[in-house]
Amino acid sequence: MPTPPTLAQPDAAGYYGAFGGSYIPETLHHAVLELSAAYEAAKADPAFAAQMDELNRDYIGRATPLQLAPRLTERAGGGQIWIKREDLAHTGAHKINNAIGQCLLTLRMGKKRIIAETGAGQHGVATATAAAKFNLECEVFMGTEDMRRQRPNVLRMQLMGAKVTGVESGSATLKDATNAAMRDWMATSETTHYTIGSVVGPHPFPLIVRDFQSVIGRETLAQCRDQLGRLPECVTACVGGGSNAAGMFYPFTQDPDAHDVKLVGVEPGGLGSEFGKHAASLTHGRPGVLHGSLSYVLQDDDGQTSPVHSVSAGLDYPGVGPEHAYWKDSGRVTYASVTDTEALEAFQLISKLEGILPALECSHALAHTLKVAAAMPQDQAVVMNLSGRGDKDLDEVVRVLGL
Amino acid sequence: MGRLGFSTLSPMKHRIDAIFSDLQARDAKALMPFFTAGDPDLTTTADLLRAADTAGAAVCEVGFAFSDPVADGPTIEASMQRALDGGVDVQGVFDMVRGVRDQVSLGLVAMVSYSIVHRWGLERFVSEAADAGFDGFIFPDLSLEASGPARAAADAAGLTLSLLVAPTTPIERAKKIAAACSGFVYVVARSGITGARAALPPELTDRLHALREVTDVPLAVGFGVSKPEHVRDVTTVADAAIVASALIDRMQGADQPLDTATLMLKELVGGLA
Ligand SMILES: Cc1ncc(COP(=O)(O)O)c(C=O)c1O
Repeated sequence: MPTPPTLAQPDAAGYYGAFGGSYIPETLHHAVLELSAAYEAAKADPAFAAQMDELNRDYIGRATPLQLAPRLTERAGGGQIWIKREDLAHTGAHKINNAIGQCLLTLRMGKKRIIAETGAGQHGVATATAAAKFNLECEVFMGTEDMRRQRPNVLRMQLMGAKVTGVESGSATLKDATNAAMRDWMATSETTHYTIGSVVGPHPFPLIVRDFQSVIGRETLAQCRDQLGRLPECVTACVGGGSNAAGMFYPFTQDPDAHDVKLVGVEPGGLGSEFGKHAASLTHGRPGVLHGSLSYVLQDDDGQTSPVHSVSAGLDYPGVGPEHAYWKDSGRVTYASVTDTEALEAFQLISKLEGILPALECSHALAHTLKVAAAMPQDQAVVMNLSGRGDKDLDEVVRVLGL
Repeated sequence: MGRLGFSTLSPMKHRIDAIFSDLQARDAKALMPFFTAGDPDLTTTADLLRAADTAGAAVCEVGFAFSDPVADGPTIEASMQRALDGGVDVQGVFDMVRGVRDQVSLGLVAMVSYSIVHRWGLERFVSEAADAGFDGFIFPDLSLEASGPARAAADAAGLTLSLLVAPTTPIERAKKIAAACSGFVYVVARSGITGARAALPPELTDRLHALREVTDVPLAVGFGVSKPEHVRDVTTVADAAIVASALIDRMQGADQPLDTATLMLKELVGGLA
């Protein structure tokens, strides 16, 4: 079956249907254009692909396993639950797939310094790691509230030689860290690459990050064929900015045999659906412009960004990547949300039943996956992307649950 | 009335164009102060617009506070946050401008993040702004490539649209940007964010001459322009100097912000080449 033409996204201006584009100050136009050119050149260079393959295998430790979660499956009492173990990638989350790729692009552009924003600290750690490996100067911007709740990751970044700059403005979380990184880049783009950590920002970032993360979905398709002997009925992933989900889903949207595979993104429902209590941009937001692209955002009638909340620092963001907005409106992917409480329960459940301590981000995906599996007959299967490990979250979980 | 006396202008003629052609005829230059509307309240902003008019500024940029101004440094970010904390909204800014419009001869240019414009809807935002008495727009995060509809809407409403030219903009692209502007081109003096600076970048004068070569559209220079000497330096080549953070900084430290601003505006006007 031919791939539907509507899925050849984005167009030359970076639009996924009505979403995406490049809403940035002119000062950054040149850097973004330079990045596009470097990426196109890298894609056309077999040596780049070979280098990525080698780093994926030998440094990141790919392929990450796909495995059956038998006790979770039994608990849900329906279809089989399979988990894709991105937590076993080097540095403990999918973020490294993108950070390594963007570091190679930085070297190809001849730049010597990289900057990044981080929420949970996983992207910051991944960027600091890649910077150490490739001898680049690295500065990571992080909201001070996130520095508090993801402290182990601050220490990891510092040990790897990165400068961690706390951001106090606004809510002192991921959105504010992104503002700070963009402001730095406005002044430094001639020598500095901004390693964006998710499928957000101006074109070509959403495309580049999706492509580097697509290794997740490609492996999963092959592993499903190998281990299940077929494709699953459903695939789930948590959605903050949307990079682990895009990396998992994109190859499924392109595979001619995967049209019937249901794809579900899981957003942070926080404390409830009231204004300011969640960070579920696709579930509760509207199309708007934030951080360089047009997508679903949480903002008021004047376009001011809304306050957001999630127990998970990596999901605590008022926007989402434009390709998700496109997938939502096209109906190819559906988006659900789960609350802080449900995510915390799932966090504990998988720890006890499978001996896997997950990140709070993908605990959201798990909470929803349990519902999906419960509603499935036993001969069906759902694959969940376990995007990262939860060591970073221990202090915060202990605090929130009063353990 | 301010010194230019354009109160008799027919509403369909661009006030901004008339201001610049009048200045050029007299071989004079323009001061363009920036104020965040609503910092600390809209009454103060209206006072500041009247003060700027009296002091001899030609155009004012009226900044719409935005929650995430990525092109702005700490001064304007904090100013916008004070405005938002004080409860300013877009409708309030329009109402304030409507009240001041007939009291000043200043050109009034709305400096607005595209997030706000998109949420209102381009057509609606432009027509409401025109109706309130604005003369032009700057959308700092709207690219040349995406600017077509905004220019068309501004044209239809009889207002100007100014795009930005950055230090990183190659000259051929700068030429295209200038051609897509009406009223004036906003020339960003330095790479980086807004904020007061001790000195202008040394390469700025050459850059302004290079831009002058490729366009006849008036050049207004901002980002870091902070004192009368800077105003003189940039207006020796360009048509206008934009001062924002330095004014806000000075008012923040003052007991009588309005008097302080009036004094500083006069000093800055005194710097015009
Ligand atoms: C483990 C993990 N999963 C998910 C996310 C959310 O980001 P994204 O939606 O881009 O995958 C983060 C972000 O920090 C993370 O650390």
